[in-house]
Amino acid sequence: MPTDHIQYQYDSKHLSNSEPLATDVSKLRTEEMVLNMGPQHPSTHGVLRLEVVTDGEIIKNVIPHMGYLHRCFEKHAEKLPYNQLIPFVDRMDYLAAMNSEHAYAMGVERMLGIDKEIPKRVEYIRVLVAELNRISSHFIAIGTYGLDIGTFTPFLWLMRDREHLNRLLEWLSGARMLYNYIWIGGLYYDLPVGFEERCEDFIKYLKPKLLELQKIIIDNKIFIQRTANIGVLPLDLAINYGISGPCLRASGLRYDLRRVDGYSVYPELEFDIPIGTGEKGTLGDCWDRTNVRVLECWESVKIVEQCLAKLKGEHKRTRDFDPQALLPKKIRPKAMDFYARDENPKGELGFFFRTTGTYDIPFRVKVRSCCFVNLSVLPAITKDVMLADLIAILGSLDIMMGEIDR
Amino acid sequence: MQFSELKLLIVEKFGEGVVLAENATYAQPQLTIANEKIVEVCFFLRDTELFFFDYLTCLTGMDNGLEKNTMEVIYHLYSIPYNHSIVLKVEMDRLLPEISSVAGIWRTADWHEREAYDMFGIKFLGHPDLRRILLPADWEGFPLRKDYEEQEYYHGIKVKY
Repeated sequence: MPTDHIQYQYDSKHLSNSEPLATDVSKLRTEEMVLNMGPQHPSTHGVLRLEVVTDGEIIKNVIPHMGYLHRCFEKHAEKLPYNQLIPFVDRMDYLAAMNSEHAYAMGVERMLGIDKEIPKRVEYIRVLVAELNRISSHFIAIGTYGLDIGTFTPFLWLMRDREHLNRLLEWLSGARMLYNYIWIGGLYYDLPVGFEERCEDFIKYLKPKLLELQKIIIDNKIFIQRTANIGVLPLDLAINYGISGPCLRASGLRYDLRRVDGYSVYPELEFDIPIGTGEKGTLGDCWDRTNVRVLECWESVKIVEQCLAKLKGEHKRTRDFDPQALLPKKIRPKAMDFYARDENPKGELGFFFRTTGTYDIPFRVKVRSCCFVNLSVLPAITKDVMLADLIAILGSLDIMMGEIDR
Repeated sequence: MQFSELKLLIVEKFGEGVVLAENATYAQPQLTIANEKIVEVCFFLRDTELFFFDYLTCLTGMDNGLEKNTMEVIYHLYSIPYNHSIVLKVEMDRLLPEISSVAGIWRTADWHEREAYDMFGIKFLGHPDLRRILLPADWEGFPLRKDYEEQEYYHGIKVKY
């Protein structure tokens, strides 16, 4: 490799050409100014650039610029067979890879028409790992949200607890975050011997920690003052913007795809859908969104317990059980359009497939990313708030840049 | 709400010419709507008590390739209170892909349409702020088109490997 080879030609115009300001600076009033937040900023949870028009401390307009983490998922999807796409799906929402894999695998199975034949044990394992991953995703959401608005301890505590989850899933799949564990038609491996017991121990350990979490962050007076009545998202606005997941539920609608669609084995499981109550402030404020996430962790714990009971009882491990038994030899769905969705920790993750029926690779895959849609509401709910509250509102939406940019 | 019933009501309201094709064999039945009528049909579907499609789940742009020479926009509508859904499809010419924006009906469409513009170059008429969303503003071409060729260099960085 010649050393004189220059990989990037510097030009001071490059930045303004690639992402120009969306605000017309000449039309700004004298007291207004444009402030640039990000792309590298600790509270943007990745590489998000916010163009903020401020009047002193008051925000007049927010324009998100994204695409810094664009990895051409949809283009890759037009070149790869269905099974080879799963690692790419992992890398979209890298904090909840199991949930995304579950959605993707379910979608392809339904297209192939084998979704009814999947053994119950496989389904219970899928739900088990997805719920474990949901807890760990919510832990990151709540912990980093605390960091954003200035409380450090919950973050460290939650990272400590999440470490146990990471280790469990690492034992299961060999990877800490990007698992490639749920395959189309089955699983990579059965649960390792002793996993159920370790998982039960973990649940025993987790319950008091969740109570602690409730005390240190949800009922914390400073936290309430910082988040109650801030970033109120009314229900009609939320629906019009297509918000889903905890953000929608915090606005007071009991809408959860695990119940609405009743996919996998969720109809057989007992759990509640927590919604926002406006207890500390207004319905749909930042406090409600965080509270819903904490309550959802409790519900996930319930689901995990029920799955473990099933996996040790009715559908227990047998010698001849092969989680790869049903893997299709050739994945070639009929020609169709198909939209598959599931409830990710952050909202509704959807995959739209168009298949031609003659190739093993899809003609087009579109991802309906929950964070992408959830972030789009940010300009609408940050009008005339303080600059410090922008951080609080952004954090409470729980965005994940890997999924927004894909 | 049955699919056939819904189609009948749309035809009753807007005349025969509005539904160009239907595909009820898919698991999720589709209606192909005439390009110029899409905004009116969407308003009708959202505001009629019987349908109440208040939630735009997904909006997809699609290039059908050089052979068919068409582009498509696909709307997935969903009604939260009734728990029913419908897929609308609009086809347009590949050389001049233009369609009216539905961002005034569902705000979800705003960013999704920007994404479709970014990836396919579909022009959404009446869109409040049609800019590229994921790619840089000075990127050349529309990457998800089937005949897309990468540019050689971007800011002196070699693109093709």
